[in-house]
Amino acid sequence: MTIDLPTAPALSLVPKADAPQTAKDFKSDQEVRWCPGCGDYAILAAVQSFLPELGVRRENIVFVSGIGCSSRFPYYMNTYGMHSIHGRAPAIATGLSTSRPDLSVWVVTGDGDALSIGGNHFLHALRRNVNIKILLFNNRIYGLTKGQYSPTSEAGKITKSTPMGSIDYPFNPISVALGAEASFVARTIDSDRKHLVGVLRAAAAHEGTALVEIYQNCNIFNDGAWDPLKDAGIREDNLIRLEHGQPIRFGRDGQKGVARRDDGMLMVVDDVSECGGECLWVHDAHAAEPSTAFALSRLADFTTLEHTAIGVFRDVARPVYDQLLAQQLDRAAAAGPGDLAGLLRGRDTWTIG
Amino acid sequence: MAKPVVALEKVIIRFAGDSGDGMQLTGDRFTHETASFGNDLSTLPDFPAEIRAPAGTLPGVSAFQLHFADHAIATPGDAADVLVAMNPAALRSNLHHVRRGGTLIVNKDEFTKRALEKVGYAADPLDDGSLESYNLNAVNLTTLTVEALKGFDITKKEAERAKNMFALGLLSWLYDRGTEGTKAFLRAKFGRKPEILAANIAAFEAGWAYGETTEDFAVQYEIAPAPLPEGTYRNITGNIALSYGLIAASQLSGLPLFLGSYPITPASDILHELSRHKQFGVRTLQLEDEIAGIGAALGAAYGGSLAVTTTSGPGIALKAETIGLAVATELPLVVVDVQRGGPSTGLPTKTEQADLLQAMYGRNGESPVPIVAPQSPSDCFHAAIEASRIALTYRTPVFLLSDGYLANGSEPWRIPEVAELPDLHVDFATEPNHVDEDGQPVFWPFKRDPETLARPWAIPGTPGLEHRIGGIEKADGSGAISYDPDNHDFMVRTRQAKVDRIADSIPPLAVDDPDGRARVLVLGWGSTHGPIAAACHIVRSEGGAVAQAHLRHLNPFPANTGEVLRGYERVLIPEMNLGQLWMLIRAKYLVDAVGYHQVRGLPFKATELADQIRELL
Repeated sequence: MTIDLPTAPALSLVPKADAPQTAKDFKSDQEVRWCPGCGDYAILAAVQSFLPELGVRRENIVFVSGIGCSSRFPYYMNTYGMHSIHGRAPAIATGLSTSRPDLSVWVVTGDGDALSIGGNHFLHALRRNVNIKILLFNNRIYGLTKGQYSPTSEAGKITKSTPMGSIDYPFNPISVALGAEASFVARTIDSDRKHLVGVLRAAAAHEGTALVEIYQNCNIFNDGAWDPLKDAGIREDNLIRLEHGQPIRFGRDGQKGVARRDDGMLMVVDDVSECGGECLWVHDAHAAEPSTAFALSRLADFTTLEHTAIGVFRDVARPVYDQLLAQQLDRAAAAGPGDLAGLLRGRDTWTIG
Repeated sequence: MAKPVVALEKVIIRFAGDSGDGMQLTGDRFTHETASFGNDLSTLPDFPAEIRAPAGTLPGVSAFQLHFADHAIATPGDAADVLVAMNPAALRSNLHHVRRGGTLIVNKDEFTKRALEKVGYAADPLDDGSLESYNLNAVNLTTLTVEALKGFDITKKEAERAKNMFALGLLSWLYDRGTEGTKAFLRAKFGRKPEILAANIAAFEAGWAYGETTEDFAVQYEIAPAPLPEGTYRNITGNIALSYGLIAASQLSGLPLFLGSYPITPASDILHELSRHKQFGVRTLQLEDEIAGIGAALGAAYGGSLAVTTTSGPGIALKAETIGLAVATELPLVVVDVQRGGPSTGLPTKTEQADLLQAMYGRNGESPVPIVAPQSPSDCFHAAIEASRIALTYRTPVFLLSDGYLANGSEPWRIPEVAELPDLHVDFATEPNHVDEDGQPVFWPFKRDPETLARPWAIPGTPGLEHRIGGIEKADGSGAISYDPDNHDFMVRTRQAKVDRIADSIPPLAVDDPDGRARVLVLGWGSTHGPIAAACHIVRSEGGAVAQAHLRHLNPFPANTGEVLRGYERVLIPEMNLGQLWMLIRAKYLVDAVGYHQVRGLPFKATELADQIRELL
């Protein structure tokens, strides 16, 4: 499916660029200071190379971030940006987006920023369906504070703050987002540029809040966390690539798939030839009901990463908060603009003198 | 035959009843008629935090005090002249607010054995002689109301519920108030329920007629209009005035108003009011929590709105980190704190002014924030405009410290002409403001206005001025991340200097000292203005000399503050806290000021303050 972003309704109110832009236009003059080898570099490069596709004016793009390694992102983008405080970026972006419909607003956050300290704002941004795009860099560790477990770390993980192993049960960000009524939920991987850009494109075209979880490698404190999904020879059996309208097949030779059981639950089929491919579930990202998307998010084993689905889990149209707010303002203004003198005077006055 | 009319200078009426008895509504209606009549007035709603505590209990009592006069007054009054008590609980919990010799109008129907026992009356106070020093009027308000509504197609319970309108009618007759306003109000309120509307009007008229005919009330009272300055007036509460001030500031600056908020007593009415005025382009967002409330506001500020967040003390605690971010990013933001009793949940519906030091210092790092405090309900309007002016001019968060008494209290307000209001026009940055080493024009987000030290406000959408701001320390000028020790020292001092410089734009501290011979100065801030003024009036009427000064700006203080303080032998600082302004003043000016502190959840009584002043004379 090709998406023509400049004409996408999600960007309809954002002024268009006068001339084509390149990735270079989106690079700021600041020296990038992530650790050498950090997965963030790949995501930054992918975003910078992708943004020209939006076809909107650079000055109408804003990146808002919280705190953490990923949240340094706005400094490296030659757009408007705010590096805010821990966990609060979705709230700040909500105020900016709802008051400025002419902006394309992006939130950059991490697993700790979005799911621990900022959990509440994350949930409510998704519920409201504000027109913001949230890029959640998930490396399953606290990097900037130097190596404590995060809310997505696997149970039993040995870290600086859990020398005997973490006894926290991890969040599955996709499941959380679907439970929070998100209208767009997707997952991708830092090292797969093509897939990453494809997901960004779908997110940018989506009207409302889009959550993109990006599996990102922290090579200092949690190196190789996603290797089962990256290493050739293993990844094929672990990674399930979701494509809207396509039967879900995976495995080295596409011999595996996802089918629906008689009781309605999803199951992994190790040899699809047994049912001649007929039994495979056809992925529908636009399904009104989120249960199947949720079930897809639950196929993965969070420790081994076996059966991890990536791609767009859910992409449905739902009224966008910004538009609903704008409509209420328009409706109120239809009766005529506010009259300050009339407001101050009210209906019950008396005169002296 | 008309009853004799006695002229009074002033009356303090206190309405008290069960939370479900409609006492706030009754008080509010009486206030409106009184305002329309032209008396000066001041009100104090006094209600519990619980929505409806069990009926007939002491915690469930809700009261409303109204002071009105034929002259200018400053407070809701110390001791009531009249108490309307709808049940034994209301009498028991409010009698101490009534002066000896005052009038009690009591709903006798409710004084049953069970109701008396519930609130600990061993004997019926209406019969046991314990109220002999009062002018007791025990009236069967419920029975009379039900009788009056016999012909209406409503239930007995609905008829009983109209007893507050009967009481209002009786009081309206007693003090010769108008009736049309109340009838119009009822028509608007119950327009869709014709039977209920007719019943309420009938109860109201029956109460009036009862006053006129019964022998219990021998005289009618008259309080002449007060000689207030010429103008058109309305009655207004602090929360409404504050809301209007914000809308006015938006109009005067040409910037859309954005409120990010979370409901909290006693600030929620500002959210309610602003959400009703979308025709002014006002965006109100009720967010998921206090932090999101201010976060959304700060995001809107970055986008070029006049951004506001409203809360009370507990909410300020939650917003502290974001206020710090606003200090660091130097974005305009009005932070409204309608103070209530603390700490923690404290007394949600009662007033206090104990958040001053929280506003001053309640953040990490050197994080100066200007503070503006209104002094009366109607002054909330002008204080909101002033807080907006400072925020927009100096690109800084500003605290607007109201309190529960100002928020819910009301007074007549001379409505200003829009042309009298200040111009708050703002210029956004539109062009590069610097030339880099290569001779290229660039935008430096932290290159300051030399006069105000404000940084340029370049909003997203402005071509060529793309820049990044954030909580990390920034290099002076360029705004790049900087860990340089000298730069940090410079930036910390510069942010402080910017706030200090606001003193250049505010009026000097004025002193009210009618004959100029006072040796004692009473210094206050916020809602204590009325009680202090009334106390000074009492002392002066006895021949004492006392001066009054009131701080509207608490950070920075007016430039002449030290000079004023040093001009007096004694300085008294009364506060509804344990001495917060007192500490700031002593620390900054080395003046041996004396504090007087109460934290009872209620405004000061003028007589108590007068005692404190006399001790210093």
